Amino acid sequence: MIKKRKILNNIALFFCILTAIWGLFWLFFILIDVIRHGLTALTPSLILNDPAPPGIPGGGLKHAIIGHFFITLTATLIGVPLGILGGTFLAEYGRNLKVSRIISFLSDIMVSVPAIIVGAFVYALFVRPVGHFNALSGGLALAIIMIPVIVKTTENMLSLIPWTLREAAFALGAPYYKVIFQIVYRGAGVGIFTGVILAIARVTGEAAPLLFTSFNNAFTSYNLFQPMASLTVTIFQYAMGPYEDWHRQAWGASFLITLFILFLAVLGRYLIKRRFRS
Amino acid sequence: MKISPSKEHLFNLFFLIITFFAAFLIIFLLFGIFLILFKESFPAMQRFGFLNFILSSSWDPVKELFGGAIPLFGTLITSFLALIVAVPIALGIAVFITEVAPKAFKEIIGMAIELLAAIPSIIYGMWGLFTLAPLQAKYVEPFLQKTLGKLPLLGKLFSGTPLGIDLFTASLILSIMIIPFTASVARDAFQIVPSVLKESAYGIGATKWEVIKDVVFPYCKLGILGGIGLSLGRALGETMAVAFVLGNLNQFPTSLFSATATVTVKLANEFTEAEKDIHLAALFYLAFLLFLMSFTILALGKYFTERIKTK
Repeated sequence: MIKKRKILNNIALFFCILTAIWGLFWLFFILIDVIRHGLTALTPSLILNDPAPPGIPGGGLKHAIIGHFFITLTATLIGVPLGILGGTFLAEYGRNLKVSRIISFLSDIMVSVPAIIVGAFVYALFVRPVGHFNALSGGLALAIIMIPVIVKTTENMLSLIPWTLREAAFALGAPYYKVIFQIVYRGAGVGIFTGVILAIARVTGEAAPLLFTSFNNAFTSYNLFQPMASLTVTIFQYAMGPYEDWHRQAWGASFLITLFILFLAVLGRYLIKRRFRS
Repeated sequence: MKISPSKEHLFNLFFLIITFFAAFLIIFLLFGIFLILFKESFPAMQRFGFLNFILSSSWDPVKELFGGAIPLFGTLITSFLALIVAVPIALGIAVFITEVAPKAFKEIIGMAIELLAAIPSIIYGMWGLFTLAPLQAKYVEPFLQKTLGKLPLLGKLFSGTPLGIDLFTASLILSIMIIPFTASVARDAFQIVPSVLKESAYGIGATKWEVIKDVVFPYCKLGILGGIGLSLGRALGETMAVAFVLGNLNQFPTSLFSATATVTVKLANEFTEAEKDIHLAALFYLAFLLFLMSFTILALGKYFTERIKTK
């Protein structure tokens, strides 16, 4: 009887090890595949050249890299301040209000709301009335995805600052906004920064909301009010396309995006870990 | 620089007000999404009704007949299949990290599993299309057909031509994508279990597996359920990964090896091409239903995971 239970125990624990291996297997499978295909596609011309006409080999992704940078930058400029301010309200001024708890709950949900729905929402608000796809609405869609992420991390990071620290500042007669700026933000700076990094990592890989907003553009564009290419939408278009050379370039783009996002994700986690160790 | 106290008070009020509005933006946005999607889908609601729309399987832009049965069913079935695969594996990983792995291993494995969530869905899609689908078509699916396909009744699931672009591949990729979400929620829940409970079970001679099965799992029921809900919410809304490997066929799947469509895939493929207003409205209708569905499931999942924290 005891023997049977021991065997069962070992079998179960063995299966747990197998599940971990299963997870790692796919991670390495995907990463190695992206690196393998990506490295062969990665040439200077891929980054420096404008795209060639469809079907003609050669050309590069300069337009998509520049577009992706501008769209992400727009999203960051809109989303980060709003997110930090919102999180500040939840953790500071409104920390005892019931509505703050509701907002906190809702932003947790909004983090996981399908990105494509955000795209459809922005399309109805800012693309159809204007009459054409534009990069600004792409940035806006990404910002909407970003805001709840930053609200949540800011709220969490600010709540970690001990309340006594604020009281000490209040005792000196500082108004609340000064306490927030000079004590709370300073203490939670690394944490908030980490939240921003993870939020950028999160939206950099989004393709679905950009399909309906910034759409795509076969030329390098700096105009936020016109359609603009992005790496992710270009991957979608190129991978679905019929040309061998497009597929190669899509792998190259995948490699760039994956590398960038993994770098941000690892950096963010490293910063959090360091913050909590000290 | 010196600011007079009254000015400081004013500035404090000003800062309070802008942070207040920034926080309320979340509510505005959610309501905004709800209202806009409702408004845009209104023509389709009026024309096709609710039951008629979700039960009708025709999707004919030429005749202007739209029904959402197939994409809605496709969304549910792919997510459901993904959950069946992902949940036991995610729980296993959570157990491995909290109870089995040596300390040095814990962090590395935990981090690696989290990285699985950091990989963008378009990369999953692209890798699925170019690497996984051909492997599935060449080796895995014919093998399954030859073995499990021979079984009575169950064999039907494995009929059809194995092309790799099908329900099976899409669900497999989805399951890989949602493993980290269930795993991390379950891991957090497991860590809350008071060690006294576990120790007392060990004290009466229980094996590790018995402790996990009879103490940890029952204690974390709600947390696990919440984690499953959050993962399901994710799976329902996943777009790019599925768009590459599911095909976009408006047909009910007859086996695991047949192509179908999901709400997100339909949106991704047809949204920018919809020429008629009613076609666009029907797509918005689908988006609206998806929004309601995922919002409800995510809210339930979140509610359960919150409950266990306050326990």
